[in-house]
Amino acid sequence: MSPDHAAISSNGLGKRFGRQQVVVDLDLDVPRGSCYGFIGPNGSGKTTTIRMLLGLVRPDAGSCAVLGEEMPAAGGRVLPRVGALVEGPAFHPYLSGLTNLLRLDAADGTSDPATARSRAGAALERVGLIAAANKRYRAYSLGMRQRLGIAAALLQPRDLLVLDEPTNGLDPQGTREVRHLVAELAAEGTTIFLSSHLLSEVEQLCDHVGVMREGRMVAQGPLAELHGLRTRRFRLRTADTAVAFQVLAGLGVGDAVEGADGIVGGLGELEPDRIVRALVDAGVGVRAFGPLAASLEDAFVELTGEGFDVSA
Amino acid sequence: MSAPEASVAVRQRRGSFGRLFVSELQLVFGRRRNQVGLVVLLGLVTMLGVALKVSQLRHPGARGGDIISAVAGNGIFLGFAGLTIEIALFLPLAVSVLAGDAIAGEANLGTLRYLLTSPVSRVRLLAVKACALGVGSLVGALVVALGGVLVGTALFGAGPLITLSGSRIGIGDGLLRLLLAVLYVTVGLAALGMIGLFVSTLTEQPIAATVATAMVSTLLWILDAVPQLDWLHPWLLVDRWSAFIDLLRDPIFTDRMVTGLWVDLAYGVVFFGAAWLRFRNKNITS
Ligand SMILES: Nc1ncnc2c1ncn2[C@@H]1O[C@H](COP(=O)(O)OP(=O)(O)O)[C@@H](O)[C@H]1O
Ligand SMILES: [Mg+2]
Repeated sequence: MSPDHAAISSNGLGKRFGRQQVVVDLDLDVPRGSCYGFIGPNGSGKTTTIRMLLGLVRPDAGSCAVLGEEMPAAGGRVLPRVGALVEGPAFHPYLSGLTNLLRLDAADGTSDPATARSRAGAALERVGLIAAANKRYRAYSLGMRQRLGIAAALLQPRDLLVLDEPTNGLDPQGTREVRHLVAELAAEGTTIFLSSHLLSEVEQLCDHVGVMREGRMVAQGPLAELHGLRTRRFRLRTADTAVAFQVLAGLGVGDAVEGADGIVGGLGELEPDRIVRALVDAGVGVRAFGPLAASLEDAFVELTGEGFDVSA
Repeated sequence: MSAPEASVAVRQRRGSFGRLFVSELQLVFGRRRNQVGLVVLLGLVTMLGVALKVSQLRHPGARGGDIISAVAGNGIFLGFAGLTIEIALFLPLAVSVLAGDAIAGEANLGTLRYLLTSPVSRVRLLAVKACALGVGSLVGALVVALGGVLVGTALFGAGPLITLSGSRIGIGDGLLRLLLAVLYVTVGLAALGMIGLFVSTLTEQPIAATVATAMVSTLLWILDAVPQLDWLHPWLLVDRWSAFIDLLRDPIFTDRMVTGLWVDLAYGVVFFGAAWLRFRNKNITS
C-alpha cells in the first residue's frame, strides 16, 4: 500500500536512547479507515514510536508520514487532524477539566475560538464527564483522567486517533467504557491507531495488527492473517497408532507425537482431507480428526517470545 | 472518512498566539502559589513601611539622605524604596519561580506533549512563555511599587516629592516617575526571565530550574559587589538594575538606565535564542 493511502506509514524508522536501540528499522503501514492494534510487551518501543509519529521525538533513522505528509515537518498541517493520547493523560491539576480542554484548544492554531466551548462540552459529553466539567483535574479519579485525555483527542473532528494504552490502569468497568467508545469511533470511520500490551483488547477492537518485540516489528497485517501465522496443527484419535505413524511419516509429517489426547502433528502444506484419505486407505480406524485451534495468544507468544497479560 | 476530512479542510490556520497567551496568563495568575507570591511581595514592602514607621516614632527627627530615609517624610517614596529592597532577591526569586514553571513545569506534568501535539509550534510556545514571563515581571514590580505607595501614604501621608537633586516635584510627576521605574525594573526582570526560560528547557524539574535561575541572579549580584571585579561589572545583567533611582534626580539622569536597557536587551535576546536552539529539536520524552 502506498503512503498516500496509508494513515500512517514509516520507512526504516529508528531511535536510540543512549546505548539502547529502542526502535529498530520500523516499517509501519496503517491503512486509512482501519483500527490498527499496535501490540507489544511493556518496553517494546510502542510509546517511543508514537512520539516519533507525533513529532515529539526526532527519529535518528528512517522517515515517517502521517495522513500522507512527512512528519515532523508537516506537523502544523497534520496534527490538527490527529487526536492523540500519549503515555496516559496529563493536565494541570489546579484547572478544571473544561479549562484544561480550552487551554489545549487555544494552543491549536486552526481551532475556531467561537465554537471552543461547545466543542469542549461535546467532547466531555461524549466521554461522560460533563457532570465533572468544572471540577479540578486534581479531584478526578484515574478513570476520569483517562477519559478527559480522550476528550482532548476529540476536541475536533479527527481523521486519525492515536491512543496509547487507553485502558491502562482502569478498573474493569472503566476499561469496558473506553473500549466501547473506541469501537464507536472506529465504526464512525475514524482511523484508529491503538497501542496496547493487552492481546484481548486488540483482538476485540482491531482489524489490523502490528506486533512489536524489542523495538522491532515482528508481524504486521490484517488480524485474520495473523491467526494463520502459527503453524497449523491437527489432532488424530485412533487405536491403530503404529500404522498411523507410518502413514503420517509417509506423508512427510515428521513432528507427530502421541499425547494423552491422541496424536498431534503439524499440517505443514498438507490439506487435512489428504491425511484422512491416506489414513483410511491404509486401514487406520479414524475416530476423530480435526485441526487444532491455534489461539491468537499462542501466535503472539510465538512471535514475541513473551507471555502477554491476557487477563484483562 | 471523507466526512471528517471535509470538515478539517475548511478549517484555516488562524493565529493561536493571542488565545494561548490569554490562557497562559490565566494559568499563571490563577495559580494559588503565584497569588501567594504576590501577597508576599506586598507583605515585604508593608513590613519595610511599618519598620520605618516604628523607627520614626522612636527617633523622631533622625534623617539620612537616602531614599529609605526619605520615606519618613513622604509615603510615595515607599514605592521606590520597595523596589530598591526587593530588586536584589525577592523579585528575581519570583521571576525564577515563574520561569521554572514555564517549560520544565509543563514537561514535569506531561502537559508539554499535549500542547505540542495540539499543535502549537515550538517557537510559538516559547514566545508565549517569554511574553508571560514579561507580564509576570511587570505585575511583580507593579505590586511592589503601588503597594509601597498605598502603604506609605497610609503610614506617612503623601505630598510633593523632594528629588535627590533637592528640587520639588508634584505628586502626579512623582507617580509617573515611579511608573517609569516599574517599567525599567520590568525589563531587567524579564531579561532574567529569559535566562530562566533557557534553564527551563534544560530540565524536567521546575524546582531545579527555579533554583538555578535564582542562583544565577544572586551570583550576579555578588560579583557586582566585589570591587576587584570592577572591569566585569558593566557586563553583569544586574549592574544597573538599581539605576531607576536616577528617575528621582532633576533633571532625570538617563545615561545609566539607557545602557542598562541595552544590557537587558542583549541578555534577553541571547538567552531567548539559546532557549530556542535548545528546545527546537528537543526530544520530548516526558
Ligand atoms: N527518554 C528515555 N531515555 C532512555 N530510555 C528510554 C526513554 N524513553 C524510553 N526509553 C526506553 O525505551 C524502551 C521503550 O520504551 P517505550 O517506547 O515507552 O515502550 P512501550 O511503550 O512499548 O512500553 C524502554 O526500554 C525504555 O526504558
Ligand atoms: Mg508505553
